[in-house]
Amino acid sequence: MYSYLVRRLIALVPTLLFASMIVFSVVRLVPGDIIDLMLSESDFGADTVETRAELEKALGLDKPIYVQYFEWIGGILFRFDFGNSLWQNTPVIDDIAERMPYTIELGVLSLLIALLVAIPIGIYSAVRQETIGDYAGRTVSILGLAVPSFWIGTMVVILPAIWWGWSPPTEVVPFFEDPVANLQVFIIPSLILGFSLSAVTMRMTRTMMLEVLRQDYVRTAWAKGLTERVVVLRHALKNALIPVVTLIGLLVPFLFGGAVIIEQIFTIPGMGQLLLDSVSTRDYPLITGITLIIGFLIIVLNLVIDLCYAYLDPKVRYG
Amino acid sequence: MALLEVKNLHTHFFAEGSVVKAVDGVSFDVEPGETLAIVGESGSGKSVTAMSILRLIPNPPGEIVDGEIRFEGQDILEMTDEQVQDLRGNKIAMIFQEPMTSLNPVLTVGRQIAEPIELHRQAPLDKALEMAKVLLRKVHIAEHDKRVSSYPHQLSGGMRQRVMIAMGMACEPKLIIADEPTTALDVTVQAQLLELLKELTREGHSSLILITHDLGVVARYADRIVVMYAGRIVEQGTARDIFERPHHPYTIGLMNSIPKLDQDTKEKLIPIPGAPPDLANVPEGCAFNPRCEFAVEKCRQQRPTLEPVAVGHYKACWVDVRS
Ligand SMILES: Nc1ncnc2c1ncn2[C@@H]1O[C@H](COP(=O)(O)OP(=O)(O)OP(=O)(O)O)[C@@H](O)[C@H]1O
Ligand code: SF4
Ligand SMILES: [Mg+2]
Repeated sequence: MYSYLVRRLIALVPTLLFASMIVFSVVRLVPGDIIDLMLSESDFGADTVETRAELEKALGLDKPIYVQYFEWIGGILFRFDFGNSLWQNTPVIDDIAERMPYTIELGVLSLLIALLVAIPIGIYSAVRQETIGDYAGRTVSILGLAVPSFWIGTMVVILPAIWWGWSPPTEVVPFFEDPVANLQVFIIPSLILGFSLSAVTMRMTRTMMLEVLRQDYVRTAWAKGLTERVVVLRHALKNALIPVVTLIGLLVPFLFGGAVIIEQIFTIPGMGQLLLDSVSTRDYPLITGITLIIGFLIIVLNLVIDLCYAYLDPKVRYG
Repeated sequence: MALLEVKNLHTHFFAEGSVVKAVDGVSFDVEPGETLAIVGESGSGKSVTAMSILRLIPNPPGEIVDGEIRFEGQDILEMTDEQVQDLRGNKIAMIFQEPMTSLNPVLTVGRQIAEPIELHRQAPLDKALEMAKVLLRKVHIAEHDKRVSSYPHQLSGGMRQRVMIAMGMACEPKLIIADEPTTALDVTVQAQLLELLKELTREGHSSLILITHDLGVVARYADRIVVMYAGRIVEQGTARDIFERPHHPYTIGLMNSIPKLDQDTKEKLIPIPGAPPDLANVPEGCAFNPRCEFAVEKCRQQRPTLEPVAVGHYKACWVDVRS
């Protein structure tokens, strides 16, 4: 298990390097040049060939792209320096460090909510198949699949404002400064994002539970005289969760995608907002830095998922 | 008094307007300490009979629609769920057909053997695990101290079935139901396991219901035999009755279709022609009539009932095929 982890961590390096190349070049291919943008804001001076060249030089964009790349990646690898923002000239990593906790909090809370909702309801739905509870659970889950979270989010912001003049709090404080105030802001967006994730998870849990409950070893468990609780929770659930964990691994990137949108709606100053801002201002170092960090987070989360696998499935643990 | 009395058991499966009468009026007794074999072709209702005894029929689609199953005089079908749970794995244990899939892949074998001990003997987990080790030794698993913490995928098929047997024996049951405990295992392992089962039942003075379609196994281990066809009993008697004086054409057919070790192979094996009927659509009259060489007109109209042909020997057939 230990050596497996080490192997996985080593394999991370080429993956991230490859990703960094793609991101680095793709970002520069996006139409609309930062120089155009800067010059359109008058304080950089008139749009002449000289000012252009000057600006490019100042920003380091005059060098060949591979030189830029190696300088950039070298900075990351040897000094953990992701470069400076082209607009503010502040270190990109500082911006990211300031925003990242909010996104991570939103992601973790949503995932927790999704699991807390989806797994118990999925189990219940499977064990009490074709009862009212099962239908209710399945209906809610179809709603969750059909209704996009940005729509729910927008409604939650707009409707109370129209009806009661109330809108969800947006004054964001770091969790460790004031947990209560922090959660007041985060709970609604997390519920919305968690709900949309829970739909798929719930269906998967239900399907897998139904599948597992038909297995011979569940019959063996019944034949020992175990109660339904023990049969379901000890014998069936652990087996049913193995594929559910895979699904969660696949959902992680969607979690980030969803977070970007939800952050916009609820004006949470997280990585999502930062990413959108950086894209619209063509702040190349910021875009590449954020993307790389998000990629890294996704890979780390997938490692955590693999650990869960090993915990659930002895065949993985013992090779 | 018999340990187990099954009377007029009917277990049906309901699906899309059709009814599969998997068990259709089965009655038999099991005496304390005896081994009763249930034989019959695939689909004749052996497993459903066995599962009905512990009320393990999945519902829906299955349901025990009629009958009595008396264990130590008490009707299992009348018991509360708690009372049945108290019997399962305790006084009545079941060993299933598929050793490869009947153990839970994510729990250690020790934990799985310990479970009924924890449950029915109110033993703490560590004590129960100690007892699991003893049980593993009893079923002759080498390195039983290490094997308690193995997972099923680390064991061979034969070892897994030994684990199943250990699990069944955990609470010293009065009745063990072994549903084809050795199919899918190779012949030497089969013989070892059956010896083991026999030895353990004798030691514990338990009764055994041995379900199989291997008549060779039956001849060696059973005291009495029930022959099933299409959800009904067609012949029933002591092992001697059945082997030396079979009365029912189906039983005779089964006998002729097995190789006999003590006879010259000159005698040809004659398989029973045709296939067992679709249980949702059993032939009128005697269910065996389309395959029976002795069939007469009456066989196609009236269903034969189980009648005695000698003391303790019964058959359900209109024709006296022995004369
Ligand atoms: N879960 C179920 N759902 C629907 N029908 C079933 C179910 N279990 C059994 N049956 C029906 O009951 C019939 C008898 O099945 P059973 O398993 O008792 O046969 P068997 O004698 O044990 O055969 P085998 O030797 O193949 O194990 C089957 O043909 C099938 O049609
Ligand atoms: S009743 Fe008739 S058809 Fe059925 S087994 Fe006897 S002889 Fe054959
Ligand atoms: Mg069977």
